[in-house]
Amino acid sequence: MQWETVIGLEIHAQLATQSKIFSASSTQYGAAPNTQANAVDLGMPGVLPVLNREAVRMAVKFALATNAEIGKRNVFARKNYFYPDLPKGYQISQMSLPIVGSGKVSIEMDDGAVKEVGLTRAHLEEDAGKSVHEDFHDATGVDLNRAGTPLLEIVSEPDMRSAKEAVAYAKKIHSIVRYIEICDGNMQEGSFRCDANVSIRPVGESKLGTRSEIKNVNSFRFLERAINYEVERQIDILEAGGEVVQETRLYDADKDETRSMRSKEEANDYRYFPDPDLLPVEVEQELIDSIRNTLPELPDARRARFIAEHELSEYDAGVMTSDRYTADYFESVLENSAASPKLACSWISGELFSRLNKDGLELRASPIDTDRFSQLIARLHDNTISGKIAKEVLDKMWSSDDTADQVIDREGLRQISDSSEIEKMVDEVIASNPDQVAEYRSGKEKLLAFFVGQVMKASRGKANPGELNKLLQEKLKA
Amino acid sequence: MADETDGTVGNDIVEQVAHLARIQIDPDSVANYAAEMSGVLQLAAQMDEVDTSSVEPMAHPTHAVQRLREDVVTETDRRDAFQRIAPSTENGYYLVPPVIE
Repeated sequence: MQWETVIGLEIHAQLATQSKIFSASSTQYGAAPNTQANAVDLGMPGVLPVLNREAVRMAVKFALATNAEIGKRNVFARKNYFYPDLPKGYQISQMSLPIVGSGKVSIEMDDGAVKEVGLTRAHLEEDAGKSVHEDFHDATGVDLNRAGTPLLEIVSEPDMRSAKEAVAYAKKIHSIVRYIEICDGNMQEGSFRCDANVSIRPVGESKLGTRSEIKNVNSFRFLERAINYEVERQIDILEAGGEVVQETRLYDADKDETRSMRSKEEANDYRYFPDPDLLPVEVEQELIDSIRNTLPELPDARRARFIAEHELSEYDAGVMTSDRYTADYFESVLENSAASPKLACSWISGELFSRLNKDGLELRASPIDTDRFSQLIARLHDNTISGKIAKEVLDKMWSSDDTADQVIDREGLRQISDSSEIEKMVDEVIASNPDQVAEYRSGKEKLLAFFVGQVMKASRGKANPGELNKLLQEKLKA
Repeated sequence: MADETDGTVGNDIVEQVAHLARIQIDPDSVANYAAEMSGVLQLAAQMDEVDTSSVEPMAHPTHAVQRLREDVVTETDRRDAFQRIAPSTENGYYLVPPVIE
């Protein structure tokens, strides 16, 4: 039987506030355990939550970036369950009146196809603490530093039909939250977490199959693998005549499999009710307008502009707008180097990115800032150096603070474009290789590459390739 | 939770709610609780019959709205004070009986 995969994602984005959603403790990652957990975060009796203005602003910003409805009157609710890293016995979340209503984003697939994915809602809630199971003898350790960190839970419609679409959607949301600077997107540190609801149904069937929810996926690569594994598992069950159980499953990256996390008898029943400690939140039009004015150019718009204005291919425009920092870097290099967008793009996505990858660095942490990189590209653009020499210069800049000009001058790498100087070298090469010259003249034109190589060698790579080719062909024909 | 057709709560539902809330109840009083909870739900069912289509749902009895706090860290580390009253701690962590997932 042919099966269709149906996927919806729940993404938890930690909001990049300084303090927690309901208390004035720091949200800084990596502090010593429990040094950033105050009485509110610990769920001490008698404390009251007070909502962080910035968390509200960030949620509204997300709504504006995804053309979503804004819950102008939204309400916090208690989600009740017991777990040691949730000291109050309930999580403050939102249920029937979330701050962000339905919206949509478009995703681009590798084959150029564009697809719209619906956003069901996004709501504000508090993160839980962390349990550590390994480090203690016959006990679990609880660190509540993370408890109360603001989260925006972004829920999609079940609109994705493959693991690849799910990854494209997750990457798009990741890109949006980083563009609008509401989340740092660090998946390793858990700032951006994806849960996937996966089900399958026979092709042509309109009713949804029973889904499982996959948790604990901390990279896009694992998201794709976890979904593919889960789809295969469900197909095996159904084709063997069994039934898929609705449950939460944990992805184990080491074994590349999902496994059941909670038993059926613990079926989730969170008994939501409006939190009496918090009043309804009103989002005023004035606030919405002021946030709208601070909204940067979003990835889709910027990508379209890069195609129209800079004449980049769809693929290149996608790479150059994959995050805001890359797009800013690219435009800054364009502005400072006067180079063509195509040249700047290929050097950023090629030479620069491959060196960053090798060193395991993000562009943000690049040893070459836009000023130094722009000068290198400018020297390529004005033919001071060839592409081959530029790679050498880049290597030397990588391990020093030198500018491109300093390296070029010190090492004497300036390209030789003076035709009389190149002519002299061409003459010498022709004179010292009479056999090859004869062969070339009798029709073996492939030998041109040999001569180019010889002259390049004589010039220590500095001869202007265009000039050199022209002169060689003239001389060899004579 | 309750039987939606007649708004009554059976003993099984009382036991389930007690379990979810981690409340220990005397088996002899289960039937009493069931009757009381049924009464509450029947009252709600009775109110459901009123036409409330023009009334905005109430999330809080006061007609105020939430006041917001500026995003500023003002809390300092008071871990020692908090952990002095905790039953068990180690290396800065609160210890609880092992939780196996």
